Amino acid sequence: MFESGSLIPYLTAGDPSVEKTLEFLLAIEEFSGLIELGLPFSDPMADGKTIQESHYRALRNGFKLDDLFRLIREFRRHSSVPLVVMTYYNPVFRTGVREFLGEAKASGADGILVVDLPVSHAGDFLDIAKEEGVKTVFLAAPNTPDERLKEIDRASTGFMYLISLYGTTGARDSLPDTAFDFIRRARRVCRNKLAVGFGVSKREHVEALFNAGADGVVVGSALIKAISLSENPVEELKKKVAELSGYSNAL
Amino acid sequence: MFFGRFGGQFVPETLIEPLRELERAYKKLKDDPEFRRTLDYYLRNWAGRPTPLYYAERLSRKLGGAKIYLKREDLLHGGAHKTNNAIGQALLAKFMGKERLIAETGAGQHGVATAMAGALLGMGVDVYMGAEDVERQRMNVFRMQLLGARVIPVESGSKTLKDAINEALRDWVSSFERSHYLIGSVVGPYPYPVIVRDFQSVIGREAREQILEAEGTLPDAIVACVGGGSNAMGIFYPFVNDKTRLIGVEAGGKGLETGLHAASLNAGELGVFHGMLSYFLQNEEGQITPTHSVSAGLDYPGVGPEHAYLKESGRAEYVTVTDEEALRAFHELSRTEGILPALESAHAVAYAMKIAPEMGRDEVIIVNLSGRGDKDLDIVRRVGDV
Repeated sequence: MFESGSLIPYLTAGDPSVEKTLEFLLAIEEFSGLIELGLPFSDPMADGKTIQESHYRALRNGFKLDDLFRLIREFRRHSSVPLVVMTYYNPVFRTGVREFLGEAKASGADGILVVDLPVSHAGDFLDIAKEEGVKTVFLAAPNTPDERLKEIDRASTGFMYLISLYGTTGARDSLPDTAFDFIRRARRVCRNKLAVGFGVSKREHVEALFNAGADGVVVGSALIKAISLSENPVEELKKKVAELSGYSNAL
Repeated sequence: MFFGRFGGQFVPETLIEPLRELERAYKKLKDDPEFRRTLDYYLRNWAGRPTPLYYAERLSRKLGGAKIYLKREDLLHGGAHKTNNAIGQALLAKFMGKERLIAETGAGQHGVATAMAGALLGMGVDVYMGAEDVERQRMNVFRMQLLGARVIPVESGSKTLKDAINEALRDWVSSFERSHYLIGSVVGPYPYPVIVRDFQSVIGREAREQILEAEGTLPDAIVACVGGGSNAMGIFYPFVNDKTRLIGVEAGGKGLETGLHAASLNAGELGVFHGMLSYFLQNEEGQITPTHSVSAGLDYPGVGPEHAYLKESGRAEYVTVTDEEALRAFHELSRTEGILPALESAHAVAYAMKIAPEMGRDEVIIVNLSGRGDKDLDIVRRVGDV
């Protein structure tokens, strides 16, 4: 779904508004190999404070599921950068898996990642995603044993998302050794492209992960922090994404 | 892993291995003679089991119907049934080589029970508690602190139990190597609903023996309150294969029609949250919605998956009782029997009071009096007499 060496920015849809998110997406698409767009959820339990707050802001501002699909549709009119919807399972389950995935596909999303749907419970979901033509992305963690890594690899039709550390999302100063050991191990076991995320906040992190064998690097909290603290968030975001993706001279 | 279609392990991938480790350890230890002996010892000599089964004669006479018995979990060390599970899981964690316990708490009873168990076994305890609940249950916060636990107020979301669970899960995902997440009810990803049920089943096993001795027959009905559902599951489980009616009472709050309640089985929708497929209070887009109950301990937007299964299979009935009815039952039991029940338990008492007059004098109801009312005195005083 993306070229090796890609930066994969994550943004929460609707934070602070649908219109603003669209501006953000269009500002960063040229530096992004793929974009992850988060559907705001009332209880994002795998996320750290920064992304939690981002989900709450969007929901407080009245964000609805239809807004997600409208946003993707609008984005697709201007950009062909691959887009993956990141969500918790309940909104998908409640809407109906087929309806949700059908609507996602129709709006122009390429894939879906459900944070709390492990591969062992994804049977029907996988069948429907295949029928609807939506690529699936599953998470793998440093403590995932090889056998299960293979199972996750088989279920992933888009790419695999490797969690770099034990914990929630959120920018950290440095990445633990587990991240690099894990990439090397996954490289041996898996056939999919490997994206690595959680904790990444600096260009040197991104380079180190690429050097260890990652194909893509996901950055979320660091971007959301940059947006929420800035007076000129679109410019700030663009600068940050360009810098992280190694294109800072392009600006 | 599932009860019918309910349950499962809907968690981020990082937690799959810790859950498997827990499952392996539990399967190995639950019938291990040394583990059983140690647990039985603490339940008897430290926690005060068996708890009595008390015939509430004055209340029964006044209502003029079935004989009402109270299973006195309010007399357990700590003042609620939560101690059964806390000591069981803390011991399990100790045997697994963990050094720290993480817990979440709503009304504070589970936090207190975990803090007690942690102190007893020399383990560090961190308790997550919604900032709102910290305010509502100050005395329990103080008790936890006296027992050496750290109470961490949770400011995110609705600042209540569900957010405390989110925060405990976030902690566990980064600390599972040395910490055990001691879930307080029959909720969460497998194997938690099974582990908690098993540790709470001691209530039903004792009640069964005690009622056979007292009446020579099994009860016609068992009534227990249901938030997450651990006290109810604990007393129901040993009766599941009998004919006894099993009745779970959910918090009807200000009435189901007002939307201000915590009745997931009666007014919730099927969903996936906190690691399980069950019933949840949510909007049409799958966002979890706020709950209301006069009792902080019932204030959870979901329910244990085995209850969802018992409801769907028709084996148990689930009803609701409003805040007002629960408060009325609180006063009634206090005055007729000299027992101040927890507001959670008062829901069960209220429903027993409804059905007892319609039943025969030779019939028997057991109410699980899951906890004592001391922690709720501030609330009762504020609300006033009914």
